[in-house]
Parts: sequence; structure tokens; C-alpha cells
Amino acid sequence: MSDVDQAFGNRGNRDASVVNPRGRGTIDGSRRSGAIGPGKDGDPFLIGDGMSGGYGRGPDILHDCTIAVEKGQIAVIVGPNGAGKSTAMKAIFGMLDLRQGSVRLNGHDITALNPQDRVKAGMGFVPQVNNIFPSMTVEENLEMGAFIRDDDISGTLEQVYDLFPAVAEKRKQAAGELSGGQRQQVAVGRALMTRPQVLMLDEPTAGVSPIVMDELFDRIIAIARGGLPVLMVEQNAQQAMNIADKAYVLVQGANAHTGTGKELMANDEVRRTFLGG
Amino acid sequence: MSTNRQAAASNPWRAPILFAFLAILFVLEGTVRNSMFSGSWNTALAILNMGLISAITALGVNMQWGYAGLFNVGVVGFLALGGVAPVLVSLQPVEGAWQAGGPRVLFALAVGVGTLALATQVWKRLHRGRTLAMLAVLLVGFVLYRGLFDPAVTAIEANNPARHGNLGGLGLPVLMSWLVGGAFAAAAAWAVGKVALGLRSDYLAIATLGIGEIIVAVLKNEDWLARGVKNVTSIPRPVPYEIDLQQNPEFVEFATRWGFSAAEASGIWVKLCYMLLFLVVLLSIILLAELALKSPWGRMMRAIRDNETAAEAMGKDVTARHLQVFVLGSAVIGIAGAMMITQDGLMAPVSYNPLRYTFLIWVMVIVGGSGNNWGAVLGAVLIWFLWIKAEVWGPELIGLLTSPLPEGGLKEHLLDSSAHMRFIAMGLVLLLVLRFAPRGLVPEN
Amino acid sequence: MDILNALVAFLNFVFIPAAAYGAQLALGALGVTLIYGILRFSNFAHGDTMAFGTAVTILATWGLQAMGVSLGPLPTALLALPFGIAATAAMVLLTDQAVYRFYRVKKSAPIILVMASVGVMFLMNGITRLLIGVDEQRFADGTRFVIDVRTFKAMTGLQEGLALKTTQVLTVVVALLVVWALFWFLNRTKSGKAMRAYSDNEDLALLSGIDPEKVVRMTWIIAASLATIAGVLYGLDKAFKPFNYFQILLPIFAAAIVGGLGNPLGAIAGGFVVAFSEVAITYPWLKVARYLFPGWQPEGLLQLLGTEYKFAVSFVILIAVLLFKPTGLFRGKSV
Repeated sequence: MSDVDQAFGNRGNRDASVVNPRGRGTIDGSRRSGAIGPGKDGDPFLIGDGMSGGYGRGPDILHDCTIAVEKGQIAVIVGPNGAGKSTAMKAIFGMLDLRQGSVRLNGHDITALNPQDRVKAGMGFVPQVNNIFPSMTVEENLEMGAFIRDDDISGTLEQVYDLFPAVAEKRKQAAGELSGGQRQQVAVGRALMTRPQVLMLDEPTAGVSPIVMDELFDRIIAIARGGLPVLMVEQNAQQAMNIADKAYVLVQGANAHTGTGKELMANDEVRRTFLGG
Repeated sequence: MSTNRQAAASNPWRAPILFAFLAILFVLEGTVRNSMFSGSWNTALAILNMGLISAITALGVNMQWGYAGLFNVGVVGFLALGGVAPVLVSLQPVEGAWQAGGPRVLFALAVGVGTLALATQVWKRLHRGRTLAMLAVLLVGFVLYRGLFDPAVTAIEANNPARHGNLGGLGLPVLMSWLVGGAFAAAAAWAVGKVALGLRSDYLAIATLGIGEIIVAVLKNEDWLARGVKNVTSIPRPVPYEIDLQQNPEFVEFATRWGFSAAEASGIWVKLCYMLLFLVVLLSIILLAELALKSPWGRMMRAIRDNETAAEAMGKDVTARHLQVFVLGSAVIGIAGAMMITQDGLMAPVSYNPLRYTFLIWVMVIVGGSGNNWGAVLGAVLIWFLWIKAEVWGPELIGLLTSPLPEGGLKEHLLDSSAHMRFIAMGLVLLLVLRFAPRGLVPEN
Repeated sequence: MDILNALVAFLNFVFIPAAAYGAQLALGALGVTLIYGILRFSNFAHGDTMAFGTAVTILATWGLQAMGVSLGPLPTALLALPFGIAATAAMVLLTDQAVYRFYRVKKSAPIILVMASVGVMFLMNGITRLLIGVDEQRFADGTRFVIDVRTFKAMTGLQEGLALKTTQVLTVVVALLVVWALFWFLNRTKSGKAMRAYSDNEDLALLSGIDPEKVVRMTWIIAASLATIAGVLYGLDKAFKPFNYFQILLPIFAAAIVGGLGNPLGAIAGGFVVAFSEVAITYPWLKVARYLFPGWQPEGLLQLLGTEYKFAVSFVILIAVLLFKPTGLFRGKSV
């Protein structure tokens, strides 16, 4: 909270005739990017390496945490509530101040880039909430996803519609009027419109029904098998590990267990603590 | 950076030093005669008195904003409504006006209010066809109201229109009207707040903006009430008249002993009397406000302001509390309005300009430090002083700046319009304080 | 019963003035609603922005007139309008950089921007006063009427006359063009869609590569243009007086809220709703009634409210809409 905000506390923020709280941003868009550095030999496609840091001047949430994903694979981050799963994701996306560690993508060190420039560098990110433009149509949502592209986007648009046929039928409808599962599809579709090199999903199945969840997982597998690496945070650890090529169990902001989904499912400790038996 | 500022803010000497600085400004105004100050105690005290009235207004706004976060931009309306009270309370009844249409006007107003109440009840009680029923009630009520109201008003306004044409007052002591003014403003605030605060989110700001305009329009046009734009003059005073003092040999002797002419001394004396009255009101309101703020009620108010959701979850009726504060704050503004008219002895509705009576008050509150009563007082008196002096200093400044310019149209135009510098000055002061000392000169603890 | 004459009286005294006034309010409300949707606060300085833009346009008009430039039957102010728009856009961009940007970058609560807009209001008010003073200015030139009462009577042989002022036609035509252009921009162009996206979800817009500062700049420029055009049309139709531009803030806000704050379509609808109600409620219907019911001799003027209370009309409509449809006629959503 800035000094100005402290001075005004919670005054006047309820009065809808003077202030509009809807759609306000939280990301500091004014931060400038630093230079891109060289990567390290033998790096995975995307790696957040030994990350430590927290929000602003607050305490560290991540402690030497490492997350990586290889081409064509699905990596999932699981862990108990408050383990820093989403924070790790945000750290990789540049929404967190890292004190230590680096983020490297496709042979480049992008630690100094701000989130906007990471999108341009090839990262597609789907936030957990507020991940669509509710008053715009589905098609406009997808177009906005492709905002940084100057070439013809109709091919990508068709690919996304092929991937999500349910959404394709509603392309002229306002995205805010769709069901929860369809909104998530729009959100993922929006991120795909930039033709990213890696897709990052923050709890894509939060709040959707089990049937819709299965369908979403199917789509995500299809995306990964198409060659696009997927990194996602998931609460439904069991299902997530089933589809994961690589899984990271975080506890209190640090790596607790790492391995393929199958390995971790076979690990007694992981099963006892996180999978409920 | 912010920690520095907060350290400065918690300095216990800050407020006394600022008040001392303010006192020095007024002493300079009273004693030094140069291009910046008038050197006249009469002027200094006149500024101070109006500053005190502004301070009470700012206190009212500060209660609404500081305690509850309510954004009232209809201050001018509540101030004007309070100003009606001295007219209706203290003037002598106008001969023949009451017989001409007094009871009829009151009856018509009762019918109007009754219609609104009935329409509300119809809407609440009925289910099918309630829209039609309510509209019918409103239509019939309106026709009835106008049928009763118009002839009564015509009759009153036809009664000696050159001198009166209004109902006049009750002939009671003018000091009583201060409380009545508060009550008037409180009633209007209740009506506005009841509607605008109860909605899904508040629409208070726009509602107050509207009611402010309407109250001023009513005052300008309803001649039977306070003679409209024809103004009401010679409202009785609670303090002696200058002319009586000047004819009193004891006072003249007293004045000469202090080295003042009788004319000057009488003016100062009257203003000092007013100042005492105003100070008593101001200090009582601050005392009550501080006591209220420290009571469980005040703690609850601040809890609601700082975390409305939590307060609501704890079962506090947020809307009802907000309505309370809004009514109380408006009552204080109404009192200030009545005091202002009492001091001026004149009710001139055209002078109620929202820039001066709403937004300047907001500058005072923000500059002083929202949420702090002493801050509001300091901000009010200081800003009022600047507002008045900017009218003098503006042309001086422009004159200085334009002195190298050749004589001609541009220079003349700039000099002519330099009185408008006060608006620019006020805007700059507000913006600078908001930027560099957002917690105000005397921040909230 | 004389329907034709009644209709002409209605058109002349209610419909035409209300349509012109409604167009002016709609343009003003569009500016307010855009700022509300994108910058997320109610701009109290909007009335004074209108006044400033109009004042510059008037000065430019005088300049053009002094040079002997004119538009024939149309007011010279139309030619001066681009100067007014440019100056106002420069002015608001400057205030944005100097005042609002600081709070935007710090992600301050929007109410602080409202406070800042009060400061800007004082500044703009003072600058306008410095520029042109506080007196009433009339700056409409060219042909006054498209149809005047005498011609109309001669043409139709009706007892009731009808006058159509050039400024009224101009107001409606310009407003239609501007609104069409704005909607085309918002719904069809990439930049316009980016503005709507930013209004919907600031963070996601940023993550989509939309430059927030560019969106904000475009918003200010559009709002300044709308304000100047609205102000000049209002001034041409009535007269320019700085204080009136402050007072018009209430009907403009009322129109924006009635339509649903943040919704451009709503702002236009709201403008006309407010204008038509205002004119209809303060118009003495006696004349129309006499034509319709020749036998009826009502006592009064059949005027629901005196014209002095026209602000009360905006207020009552506002309250009624908020009571029965709290999000406005067109659901207040983002731009």
C-alpha cells in the first residue's frame, strides 16, 4: 500500500457513481525489461532455476525452488494449499521479485524481462481467475490474445476452434455469458493465439465439474502432444499426476519431491501426504 | 520515503506549529499594511469568522468522509438549506401572508410528502400491478398537490410583493435557527441517504450533486419561502449593531482608550462577538465529534470504513450506520449554513456556487487531513485565508510578471482576469497536497 | 381536434430542442463513460474540459473571422473545431502526465483520481476564465435557420409555425457522425478493441501485449474530442458561459448513470432520455392541448415543473432508474 492509499484507506470506494472497481489491474505494467542473457548448456526448454523471492518487500515465499518443462511434455506443480504453487508459476512468468535464481527459456536467460515481454518471448500464460475479457465476444477474446501479432491470425483462430468446438459455436457471444468450463477454454484459447512456445496454466480446472475437468485435461494432453510444452499448477493431484510427464511437489515454497507422474504416484510418502492414501 | 513522511506526521508539535503559523498570518493581516496584507483588524477578523464557519462545514464533510468514507458533493445544498432557517425562524411574520396562504402551503406540502409515502407503501405492499398503482398514486397526488400549492403561493407572493411576498418567519431568537438549520439539512440528508445508500452499491456522490443543485434552485425560485433572488435582508442579529455601539458614549470612550476610532472599534467588537459565538459552536462540535469517535459507536464506524465486508459479516448494518453519519455530518453543515446567513444578515440564493461551497470545502478537508477534526479546522481556516488573499495576491503577481510586457491588449486582458488566479491556485494547492502530503497537513492518527 | 397543428407545436417546442439537447448530453456522457470505463473514475473536470475546449474554439473562431474566413451558411466554429480539439487533447494529456499517471502507476485507489479531478477542475476552470472571462459569448454565425416560422407557415398553411435552427440540425448530424465513428472505432479496429479489453480486464490486457499507457492516451484524446465537440455544439445552440458548463455536469452524469456507467450505448440512450424528459416536463403543454381538445379551457399552463427545475428532472430520473434498475437501462458494463 502506498502512502496515498493509506491516506485514503477504504474511503469512497463503495460509491459506484464515482469509482469503477471492475477490471482493475494489479500487475505493475510500468516496469521495464532488462537485457536477455545467454542460457546454459543442457537446459530443459523452460526452467525456473533455484528461485527464491516474494512479493515486493514481503518475506520470501519461494526457497530455492526449481521447476522445468521439456518440449512436448506436460509438467505439473502440485502441493498442499499455501505451498507456493501459483507463486512459483508467477515467478517463472516474471510477476514476482526474484532475489536469487534465474528463468531460462529456449537457451536464453529471461530473468530480467517483465511479463509483457515474456509473452513476446514466447510464453503463454493463463491466470487462475479473471482470465477472459467478459464483455467481449469469444472471437474478440481470441483476437486480443493475438494482439502482438501483425500477421494473418485466421489459421490460428481455426486451430483453436478445432481444439474447442463447443466454444467455436459461441464465437459471437460475450465470453462472460459462457459456462465455467467454456470460459476456461476461451482462456486457454486466448493464450494459444500468440502461438507460444510454452503454455503455462494456473489451476485450469478450478471450479469446474468433474466431467468438464476430464474434457479439459484431454484438451491439454492434445495440446502437449502437438509439441507445445505445458506447465500447469493443479489442485487435483491424482489426475494431474496421471497425465504428467514430470511432476513437482512443493512444500512451503521448496521442492519436496520431483519425478515423473508415475514415480511419484508410486512413492509412498507422496501418496500418504498428498494423494490421500 | 513514506516512512519519513509518517515519522513527520506523528510529530506531536506539527499541529500546534501549523496553528501558530496560521495565527501569525492573521496577526500580520491585522497589523501590517503593505501590498500583501491589509493591516486592518476588521478585515482580518472578517476572514477569520468566515474561516470558522468554513471550518464547521469542513467538520461536517470530514465526519462523512473521514469516519465513513462517504463522498458528499452536495455541500452547497445542505449549507443553503441551513441558511433558510434564520429566515424562517427569526424574521417577523409578514403581515397578511399567513392568512393569505400559510396553512394552504403547509397542507399542500404535507399532501406532497404523503403522496410519496403512499407511493412507497403501494410499491412495497402490492404485488400485481404495483407499477401502475404507484404511478396512479403519484399522478393523482401531483395534480392534487399542484392544485393546492399553486394558488396558495400566488396568494402569498401577491401580498406586498415589493417588500415581502414571502411568509416571513416566527420572530424567534436567531440563535435558535442554528439548530433548526441543522435539522433542515439533516432531514434532507436522511431523504437522500435513504435512497442513495440503500442500493446495491452506493450512488451517493451523484445523488448529493443533484440534491445540491435542486435545493439551490428551490431557494432561487420559491419566492414565498425566502423571497428567491429578491433576497431577504435585515435578518436579526444575535450581537449588537455597530451603529448602536457608535452612539453609546461608554463604548466610544472605551474605543478611544485603546486608540481606535469609534467606527473601526464597533466593527471589531461585533466581529469579536461573532467570533466567540462561532468558537463556542466549533469547539462543542469538535468535542462531541471526538467523544463520539472514541466511543464504541466511533470504533464501529471506523471498523466499517476500514473493512466493510468484515463488519458486515459481524452483523453490523453498514447501510444504517452510513446513513447515521451522513445525516449527522449534513446537520453540522446545516448549522454552518445558518450561522453564515446570521452573520451576513442577508439571504442571497444566487451566491450559492458549488465551486465555492462544495469543492472548496473539499480542498479544505483534503489539505487539512481527512479523518482528523483539527486538520479539517486548520485546512478550512488556512484555505479560506488563501482564497480571500489570492484575490489580492493574484493581480499583484500578474502585475509583477507582466511588468516587462509592453502596454497593450494582452497585458490588459491578463491584468483584468488576474482575479481568476484564485481558482488556479486552489487547484494547484489541492493537487500538490494530494501528491506530496496525501495524508494532509495534520494527518489522522 | 387539430392533430396536425398539435403535432407541429410538439415538434417545434419539444421534439426538436430535446433532440439537439439530447445529442449534446449524449456526447458529454460518452466522454464521462469512457473515462469511467477505462480510467475507472468519474471525472469531475469533464464539464470544465468542455468549457476549455469551447473557449479555445471560440478564440479560434474569432481569429478566423478576423481573417475573413467563413463557411458560408455554416458556423465558422466548425472550422475552428479542430484547433479546439487539438488544444484540449494536449491539455488533458498534459494533466494526465502531470497528475493522473502518478496514481495510475502506483495502482492507487480510484477515489484518489476523483479527488485529483477536483483539483484539475479548479485548474481548468481558472484557465478558462483567464482565456475568455466569465461572460456570456455568442459565436454562432452563418444562416440562423434552416426553416423559419414564417416560411413554414407559408409553405404549409398551418396556423402553428415551426422553426429549425441550423445549429440544431448541425448538432444532430455531427453527433450522429461522431457516434458512428466512435462505435466503428471501438468495435472494428484493433486499437478500439484494445481499449475495450483494457476496460474489461487490465491485467489480462497487459499480458496480451496491450500497452496500457497507449490505451490511456487514446482514451484521453477521444474524451477530449467528445468534450470539445459537445461543448461547442451546446455553445452554438444556446450560448457559451463557463458556469453553465459546470452545471451541465449533473445532467451529463445522470445520462451516463441512467444508461449504465461504462456503457457507451447506454450513455447515448441516457442522454436522450434525460433531455426528452427534461424538455417534456418543463414545457407548458397548454398550446398542444388547445389544438387537441378545443373545448377544454384549463386554468394553468399545463406545465409540470418550471424550467428553473430542469435539474430536478435529471435527478428524479436518475433516482427512479437507480431504484428500479440499479445497473442502468443498459447494464453498466465495461466499454
